[in-house]
This record gives sequence, structure tokens and C-alpha cells, in this order.
Amino acid sequence: MPFIPHTEADVTAMLGAIGAASIEDLFDEIPPALKTGKLKDVPDGLPEMAVARLMQERASADGFWSNFIGAGVYEHHIPAAIWQITTRGEFYSAYTPYQAEASQGTLQLIYEYQTMMTRLTGLDVSNASLYDGASALAEAVLMAVRAHKTSRRVLVPKSVHPIYRSVVVTTVKNQGIELVELDYDPATGKTMLPAEPGAFAGLVIPQPNFFGVLEDVHAMTDWAHDNGALAIALVNPTTLAVLEAPGKWGQTGADIAVGEGQPLGAPMASGGPYFGFMCCRQDFVRQMPGRIVGRTVDLDGKPGFALTLQAREQHIRRAKATSNICSNQGLVVTAATQYMALLGPQGLARVASASHANTVALADKLAAVPGVSRAFAGPFFHEVVLKLNDSTLQGTSAKDVLRALRAQGILGGLDVSGWYPELGQAILVCVTETKTAADLDHYAQQMERILSKRREAPPCAYKS
Amino acid sequence: MLIFDHSRAGRTAAAQLPAAGGSLDDLPAELRRKDSPALPEVSELDVVRHYTRLSQLNFSIDTQFYPLGSCTMKYNPRACNSLAMLPQFLARHPASPDETGQGFLASMFELQEMLKDVTGMAGVSMAPMAGAHGEFAGVAMIRAYHDARGDTARREIIVPDAAHGTNPATATMCGYAVKEIPTDATGSVDLAALKAAVGPQTAGLMLTNPSTLGVFEKTIADIQKIVHDAGGLLYYDGANLNAILGKVRPGDMGFDVIHMNLHKTFSTPHGGGGPGAGPVGVSQRLLPFMPIPLVLEENGFYRLATEADVPQSIGRMSANMGNAGVLMRAYVYARMLGREGMHRVAEYATLNANYLMAKLRDAGFELAYPTRRASHEFIVTLKKLKDATGVSAMDFAKRLLDYGYHAPTTYFPLLVPECLLIEPTETETRETLDGFVEAMVKIKHEAETNPELVRGAPYTLPVRRLDDVKAARELDLTYRP
Repeated sequence: MPFIPHTEADVTAMLGAIGAASIEDLFDEIPPALKTGKLKDVPDGLPEMAVARLMQERASADGFWSNFIGAGVYEHHIPAAIWQITTRGEFYSAYTPYQAEASQGTLQLIYEYQTMMTRLTGLDVSNASLYDGASALAEAVLMAVRAHKTSRRVLVPKSVHPIYRSVVVTTVKNQGIELVELDYDPATGKTMLPAEPGAFAGLVIPQPNFFGVLEDVHAMTDWAHDNGALAIALVNPTTLAVLEAPGKWGQTGADIAVGEGQPLGAPMASGGPYFGFMCCRQDFVRQMPGRIVGRTVDLDGKPGFALTLQAREQHIRRAKATSNICSNQGLVVTAATQYMALLGPQGLARVASASHANTVALADKLAAVPGVSRAFAGPFFHEVVLKLNDSTLQGTSAKDVLRALRAQGILGGLDVSGWYPELGQAILVCVTETKTAADLDHYAQQMERILSKRREAPPCAYKS
Repeated sequence: MLIFDHSRAGRTAAAQLPAAGGSLDDLPAELRRKDSPALPEVSELDVVRHYTRLSQLNFSIDTQFYPLGSCTMKYNPRACNSLAMLPQFLARHPASPDETGQGFLASMFELQEMLKDVTGMAGVSMAPMAGAHGEFAGVAMIRAYHDARGDTARREIIVPDAAHGTNPATATMCGYAVKEIPTDATGSVDLAALKAAVGPQTAGLMLTNPSTLGVFEKTIADIQKIVHDAGGLLYYDGANLNAILGKVRPGDMGFDVIHMNLHKTFSTPHGGGGPGAGPVGVSQRLLPFMPIPLVLEENGFYRLATEADVPQSIGRMSANMGNAGVLMRAYVYARMLGREGMHRVAEYATLNANYLMAKLRDAGFELAYPTRRASHEFIVTLKKLKDATGVSAMDFAKRLLDYGYHAPTTYFPLLVPECLLIEPTETETRETLDGFVEAMVKIKHEAETNPELVRGAPYTLPVRRLDDVKAARELDLTYRP
């Protein structure tokens, strides 16, 4: 029996100790009419060898691709040591560190993680992580409303990832919170602040924004504070090695910083697990959702670590908790902490600048292809929106181009035309440090070849 | 020693650094960072040694028995990890076209269908990333259902007093008021109190079955009728699904919505506190409201459903496909277990729990519900021992750590004084359970003869009991040299 160690002799002896005739007798409190017959959609069990073969076949079918998609999830090199250590049984199969004396490894690691995150964001405190970047943003919106006390309106720029905005709506819509959209400048791709002052609990400030464009974060932070709103930074941790820390934005710094932790050592893996990070100013720590680790001393005065401020959490506070969250993405945080330690300030800065330089290089190459141009003039970090705007390409969609690139093994970016129809046929392209000059040349050459072919025989020619 | 103590200016893990030279000069100076973030500057060996040592300070399933009630700390098969981490699976970007992930999506679709079958529900969405996240999805669907029918006066969720804290916290997040109902002397929902609590304001009841008291709600058919007759929906908290896997299905009990904790029942790792996965299952009437993405199959092609496929969906809960890698581990586990294995899970989990309960009772421990069968877990109450010796459940739990056993769940559920909630799971041997009973007996003897010894435990761990009050009063949440 897979993963059940009992011998027949064990079962007999154990039933004897219980005083039951059969295992079935142990279920005699369940009304017989409710008992399940055979499961019909669960196949017969397979030995590990057979499942391994099946999964290897499926993995091979999915294959490897030359990836230029970013949009919140980034392909960075992950040092081999990280997941070998992260999947050690002592981390992998440990429980939540409620029994602090038996969990000092996990607790110290989280304390180190919290320290690293505050150093990246320039804020005072960090929690032990949330589910992902989008849910962290939703929690930040709730936190701003709790902290603000009078306003239940939060400004969310259209330049925030459309799926993030959708997750925020799902999370807050039943609590009477109003999300107010802010448009972007079509020329630069930067968010336009409201013309009039207003009462808001918070302003979300993405840096870089979904288009890869750098926002004027200082002006936005100051506008938020001038209007009594909390400044909520939505940031990419890799970029924080070289971009100004949210804690130093504007006159007094952002109040909360959240984001997707995936770039710090989590594989893309079709969507997770990743983790969301959240940091804030000291004065808001009691409004923060999620676990927090603190350093203290034991009975002998020896330093040690424990979960703290648990009076905010659901297992103590029940209906009055700051959030219903009951986990953190511990294992992924274990990887991220090692990633930050291995890369260090210099390594993370190199990852950031190499990604930026590669993106600039590819954007230049692609914008030189007839029919392709940059959508926005604003400075960008490691993503850029490219438009297919040559009239001779009439009828060629972003989707067509991406499909043709895929036939060459290239995932050329994300088609954002559906989310932003005003941009026309537009592709969000990302390059990280993992790409070589040859990779960029190959992409640009294929793009040129595909578009020139379209020009000779545009798809609309077949339609008429 | 913290990783920061190993740091020396200029030291690097050089093999991990990409080439220098990427220019940032084109970026506006005012947006660039003036200082360098003070991350550790260490070698690769420093990192490997430091974190390997930290890992050795932990208890874990791989090293200790974890009879932790309501947490289902069973063995996490290694193949689940290695097969979910095949390089092609890890390399796939979540926004890649469905055509490039048919192997991944086929696995997800099959898991989704198996979860439907084992729970008896009409649909399953694997979007939620943890149990509490699944609870949120479930209660949000209850609300969407009532709202879609214009039945907007239903603004109250009923929760038994034995429930996990996430139940009331979730109801609040969904904009509901919470009404708590009591448990009767045998550990069951008090039917009279339930009848008195329901009404036109009732949106639903959240129930864990078997309950957190370790007993099956025998009157589930009556509970179901009372709630449905009042126009409310029935929510199944899947925290204890391991107790009934392959034996009873929540759908057959009349539940409208359930969440599962795959990090419990489907043996994905707890990872020191996460990530979990909390898929939700729904009955026919809640199908239109399921969170996206779902996995669809059309003529052998698998794809992720979007807003267009589920227009009344409560929406998205994560930026991508939930905790996809956790779902992959659960899939591998389900395939190794198969149909027969699935039926056996609850059987052997229940056998182990009832055996352990009988042995502890025979050794003189007081059971909270002695007339009831244990489900996959049961409660020992140390109230009399505490009154006689001053040794509390917490002291007892800490002393167990010295004997090499992780403590059972203590002080939960809140209504049993000085309780130990004990769940052995199906993957433990009889010898392990016998060893645990021996340790319990020894500690009981210690409590009776030398209570100070137990009250000062633990002695053999990296630290002794920690000062929680100091931790909360003199907050030290980051290292500041």
C-alpha cells in the first residue's frame, strides 16, 4: 500500500487494542447512506517508476523555449545551491513555526528575509510574505483603508498589471471599497495624477509599471501625502538593487511597499508557487496582515526567534483579524533569502543592469525593423511595449506575429492588445540577463523575416 | 549567527554574478538608487553552510513524528517534488500559450477531475493558493450566488464555536457578519441552537466535518436540511478531509461548496508555513461563480478558462495559475495512490488515531469525548493533571520536544480546557505510535513527581522557552547592527 506501512499483523493487533472487529467498524458513526462507493474518475495507482515516465514524457512534450515574456514573472538564473538546500527535508517538510523552540531554523531565516526586504525597500518592517504579488497588492489596499480610517477610496493606475487590478477587485469588492482608475499619458506611458485634489485612502504607485515604464514616483508619492493618502509602492525586487528605494520616494517616502517575489530565485513554473512581499513604515506594523517574526530571548537570556504580533491574526482575533491569511509562502521565501544572500548587492545590481541593457538593445533592434516602433517615449527598465503600426502591415495582428515567432522556438512577448485596445496591435517584450547577444539577434532577424513576408502577402489578401 | 555576521565588504559568490557592464545611464538620475542595498556580501560556501545549519535547527516530518491535530503532517513523498521540478516544467512562463504547456495542463485537468470525484462536487477550481484563500473563494461564491438572485438581505454566516479562526475571519473579509453557535456535550453541533440561529438573514453555515473536536457530525443530514430550508448554503471546511477521503464525500452530504487543503490531504509539503494549495469544489448551482482560471479540455486540447468562459466568476485570486507547482506535487501523489490508495487513506488514518486514543486512554489519559469514535484525530484533556500538578498542556507539549516528538496542537479547539489535539496520520508505523505513548506516559509520571522539570522544558533544543511578551513589546523585526 503506497505510503501506508501497516502489515496484516499490525492491523490485527491494533484492532484488538481498540476493541473493534474491522477497520470498517471505526466508521460506524457515519450514516451508512452517505458512504461512498467506488471512485470512478481516479485511475489505478501507479508505481513511482511509471509516474516518473509519464511526467518525463509530459515535460519533454512541453519542451524549452526562448522566452521573452515578462509581465510580472521573470526568467532569471537561479543558482543550483538554492533549491538543493530549500528542498532539504528539514525545510521542506517542516510545519509553520508555532513551536518556536523546534523551528529556530525557519524563524531565523524569516528574520533574515525580513531584514533583507527592508534593506531593499528602504522601509522599516516586513512581514514573512503573502501569497503572490497580486494578492499582496490587494492586502495593501485593505491595509491602507484600515490605516486611513475615513476614506474607503483607493487610486489604482491603469498602468498596473490588469490581472493585479482584477485580483484587487475580487478581494476588496465586498467590503465597500471603491477603486478609482487613473489613466496614463499615451505619449510617455506614465500615470497622470488627478487634476483636482481629493480624499483617498491610498494611491498605488507601480515602479516600473506594467509597460516597463518608470513612473515619476517622487511626484506621485508627494501627491498622495498632500492629499492625505497612503503611498503604496508596487515594485519589482530585482530593480530595487539600482532604482530608488520606496522608503526614499518623494519628501517622506512611500508608506507601504508590495510586490511579486518570484524574481528572487523562484522558477517560473507555469505560475507558482511564488510569494508576495510586503514592507511598511513602523507606525503601520499593527495594521499589517500575515506572519511576522521577531527576535527575543529564552529563559536563559539566549537570543532566539518567535512569531510575534499574533494578536493581529485569525487564530487569535477570529472575525476581527487584519486578514484571514493563515500561511506564508515559507518554502519560496527560503529560496529567496538564499538568492539575495548569494547575489548580494553587487550581483543583484548586475542582474538588474544586464536585464535593462539587454532590453534596450533588443528594443533598438526591433524598433529598427520596418513596421515596429516603441509605444511610449518614457524611460523603461526591462520591459518595453512595441507596436506594429506600419500601414503596409494592415491586418497583421500581434497574435499572428507571436505565433510565427513561436514556430521558430521564440516566445516573443505578451500580446496586450486585448487589455489596452487603444494601443492597437501591441506586444510587451521582456529581456533578462539570461539572454545573449545571439539570442537578441535571432529574435530581431526572425521578426524582420516574418514582417517582410507579411508585407508581401498580408493575410487580408486571402479574405477578399 | 546571522548571515549578516558572515558578510565582508567586497566578498562575492562570483560564479553567480552575471557579467558587469550593463549601462543604466539612460535612466533618469533621480529615479536611480544612490546607496547600495545592504544585502550580505558572502561566498557561495558561506550561504550553503549557513542555511544547511539553519535547516538542522528545525523539526520536520523527515526527522520527527508530528502528531499535530488538524494539520495532517503525513509523509511528503520525494517523487512528488522531483517530478514537479522537472526542468521543462520549471522553465515554463505562466503567460506562455496553452500550446506550449499541454503536458502541464493535462496534469492539471486530470487533478481537477480527480478532486471532483473524491469530493463529489460538480466543479473544482484550483485557483486558491491556500486553505484560507479557498475559504475566501467559497464564501465569495456564496455571496455572489445570493446577490445574483437579488437575495441581498442575507448578510450573516453561521460558524460553530469549534471552527478554525479562518472561518470567521473569512466571513468578515467577504462583508458578512458572523454568528457563532455552541457545541453540545458530545462534541456535535447543537441542533436547537442552529435552528434558532437560521433565518432570512442567513447566507450560509461553515462546517468542518469531522469537526476540529475529532468527531463526525452524525446529524449532518439534519444540519443540511435546517440550513437549506432557511435558504442558506452549506460550506465544507476541508481541513479534516483526510479523515473521510474515499469514505464519504462532502457533495453526498449536501455541501454546496468546499475547500481542500492539498498540503494536508494530498501530502504536498508544509514548507515551514507554506505554500499550500486550497482548491474549491462547488455544487451545480455555484458552477457559474467559480474563480478563474479553470482548466478546460476540448477535443484533447487543454486550455485555461478566462473571464469570457465564466462571465459570472467571482474573478481572479492570483496573478497566475495559483500555486501551480504545489498542484503538480498533489497530482503526482494522486497518481501514485490511485483509486485503491485513496480509499485507504481515511481507513488507516482512522485506524492509527483510534489505536493511539485507546493506548493513551489505557495509560490513564483523559479523553475529551470518551464515548465517541476518533476520526483521524482526537483530544486529550490535561485539566485534571493541571489542577493537581500545575503542569499545563503547553508544558506537556514542550516536554515532548525533549523526547523528540513534535508537540500536538495545543489550546485548539478553544472550548476544551488544556487540550492536546492529536493526529497521527496513516503514514506512521505502530512502533512510532507506541514510542509516542511511552513518552506521554513518562512525562505524565514526571508531572506527578517533579512538575518543575516539565514546566521548565524544553532543555535539549537550540533554545529554551522564548519570551513572547518581550518579542511583542520590544519589537525587533529586523537586524540593525
